[in-house]
Amino acid sequence: MADRPEGSAAKGDNRPTLSLHVPEPKFRPGDTVDFSHIDVPEAGSMARPDETCDPAEMRDMAYGLVRVLGEDDKAHGAWDPKLDPDTLRAMLGHMAMTRAFDERMFRGQRQGKTSFYMKCTGEEATSVSASMALAADDMVFPSYRQQGILIQRGYPLIEMINQIYSNKGDKLKGRQLPIMYSSREHSFFTISGNLATQTPQAVGWAMASAMKGDSRITATWVGEGSTAEGDFHSACTFATVYNAPVILNVVNNQWAISSFSGFAGAERTTFAARALGYGLAGLRVDGNDPLACYAAEQWAANRARANAGPTLIEFFTYRAEGHSTSDDPSGYRSAQERSEWPLGDPVMRLKNHLIAIGEWDEERQEKMDLEAAEHVKKVTKEAEANGILGHGLHHPFRTMFEDVFEKLPWHLKEQSEQAIHERETKFPGGLDL
Amino acid sequence: MSTEVKETEAAPQGTERRLNMIEAINDALDVTMARDPDVVVMGEDVGYFGGVFRCTAGLQEKYGKTRVFDTPISECGIIAVAVGMGAYGLRPVPEIQFADYIYPGLDQLISEAARLRYRSAGEYIAPMTVRSPFGGGIFGGQTHSQSPEAIFTHVSGLKTVIPATPYDAKGLLISCIEDNDPVIFFEPKRIYNGPFSGYYDKPVQPWKKFDASVVPEGHYTIPLGKARHVTEGEQLTILAYGTMVHVVEAVCKEKGVEADILDLRTLVPLDIEAIEASVERTGRCLIVHEATRTSGFGAELSALVTERCFYHLEAPVERVTGFDTPYPHSLEWAYFPGPIRIGGAIDKILSE
Repeated sequence: MADRPEGSAAKGDNRPTLSLHVPEPKFRPGDTVDFSHIDVPEAGSMARPDETCDPAEMRDMAYGLVRVLGEDDKAHGAWDPKLDPDTLRAMLGHMAMTRAFDERMFRGQRQGKTSFYMKCTGEEATSVSASMALAADDMVFPSYRQQGILIQRGYPLIEMINQIYSNKGDKLKGRQLPIMYSSREHSFFTISGNLATQTPQAVGWAMASAMKGDSRITATWVGEGSTAEGDFHSACTFATVYNAPVILNVVNNQWAISSFSGFAGAERTTFAARALGYGLAGLRVDGNDPLACYAAEQWAANRARANAGPTLIEFFTYRAEGHSTSDDPSGYRSAQERSEWPLGDPVMRLKNHLIAIGEWDEERQEKMDLEAAEHVKKVTKEAEANGILGHGLHHPFRTMFEDVFEKLPWHLKEQSEQAIHERETKFPGGLDL
Repeated sequence: MSTEVKETEAAPQGTERRLNMIEAINDALDVTMARDPDVVVMGEDVGYFGGVFRCTAGLQEKYGKTRVFDTPISECGIIAVAVGMGAYGLRPVPEIQFADYIYPGLDQLISEAARLRYRSAGEYIAPMTVRSPFGGGIFGGQTHSQSPEAIFTHVSGLKTVIPATPYDAKGLLISCIEDNDPVIFFEPKRIYNGPFSGYYDKPVQPWKKFDASVVPEGHYTIPLGKARHVTEGEQLTILAYGTMVHVVEAVCKEKGVEADILDLRTLVPLDIEAIEASVERTGRCLIVHEATRTSGFGAELSALVTERCFYHLEAPVERVTGFDTPYPHSLEWAYFPGPIRIGGAIDKILSE
């Protein structure tokens, strides 16, 4: 029972009555959406500080919004990374492939081929463009919505699909929830599934790289919702204390399942401003502007490589689809939000930019999209030959007990024999055990 | 000395060093750091100051600040950066200043360090040894006295190691650091300076009076998963680890009981063969730990002995443990499973 009945104060107490603030998003299902409260500065209007500058000299970067692509689809200002057309087309290609992949895998889940999937629709630039600004052997510690990094780094799609289907081709042996990829070869850390744990780990990897006099840096991605975790605070603290060569990317896509960014503190300040209290460099970036995403990540990478310190980047973007296949966003937010989002769609913006500079056209775009969809379809078929979830083509039972430890201890050996015995009982003389 | 011990480098002839457990741990860190440039030591106050218990004294001066350094007061962060360092290829040895402080790091230990190898099918591993002083008997109150080993033995993918002598502390710690799995290495701080008879009102006997303090120089390892026979006897088996090894030994000596005392040394992986062999011979089993009783590691041991040695048992398995309360400051010795509690259990088990 509460100390005091509601609304009552101690006798003789003239202090004002307190009330609790519980954040509430501006729009709920059915509401008309008006995003005019979001301040969208002119593309090219933000200054670009020197990469080695003192974080105190760039405080305004944490409250502004780095934008390169303007309403005219041209690149503007000091943050224009001045990428050549081939690079821009490659960027567009990776983003289109990511989108095609998402479409197919989402459908696969709906068709019962796997248990779970997560799209990154609308957020492709925050992974693809950012990843392009890093070296291929820079280590990345992603969260769960950065499939664009793997696609950009050339990880075979079939490996991704095998993992999503948890089939016998899955090199993670069917142990992880779909989309929790791992590829050491691609300097891509194993995705946890627990939130924000990867952020301080990335700092640790960066510290190790610095301790060893290596030249590789680290980048990590975390959603705005999970910046509320203690791990994020640990990451920022260790990053600043040891001046670690790390980039902390916060993907602010406005929604954490059904909880809007206000539950991580967005009603009071920006996520980039988190940097200021730690003495980290902070950049707030239009996450739907592929050129701005590239430029910001490149700035932070240059800073880290120069031993000038870590950077916290907030990519201000919008989660155009549900959190995953397990939720229906029409139950908690207005369907108008996606179309009203003031920063547009990253694929469209890059496409329009390429067209505006005479390096692309609708015909080529259509052809590229079609080819991407067909490629994904073809690879999906190949992967399905290795099985889909729950259809028996999984790894042998004994693999369940491998990799808990480097060597199998006696108790796991006994339990492994038990599992194999159960399997034999159910399928006498049957499959690979 | 245990016969399993493999001394990979013989101690120089004619020198017999006697070290307490702190010095032995320091020596293990020194030896591994000298052999492997990927071994790094970090934690709160471990650098310049050398640790609140002095286990890392002199290491920063010898190996430099990039290999031995202080950390922010963030156990979550300490374990997390050790995971990242392990993924890079280092072999971090983080210190958690007191086992009672380890809880903010649990998610990073349980969901991350313990799972990396499994979830990545061997692509990434977390070869870290988390050192932490544990246990009571030093008037540490409820936040400097706990024995949380059962939390870690319950986690698949973690090894849990607890030495009871300076010789073992060095050999086991070197094994842990060289192991490719994450290990929780709990140091019984009550016996850092000398073994404990269970009589808090008697003066501490320094380690140098005991042969287990003879610690060879250089590199040697004690394999994980091998128990140590403390005394051999036919009347009953006593399973213990850490501080309690010495308390049960003293109680048996005092009572004239000939017990087969096993110092488990490693809880996971457990030396089940040694336990079975002993209980099958004696037919009676007493389990002693300082940690709270319910769901303590003694429950696991009791179940294993009952499952595997039932037809050899002549009496029910007994447990002597701390009580299921927080470790009270002023009533520390009422909590501690001392000679009276242990003696009573021995009497009971022998009378059945």
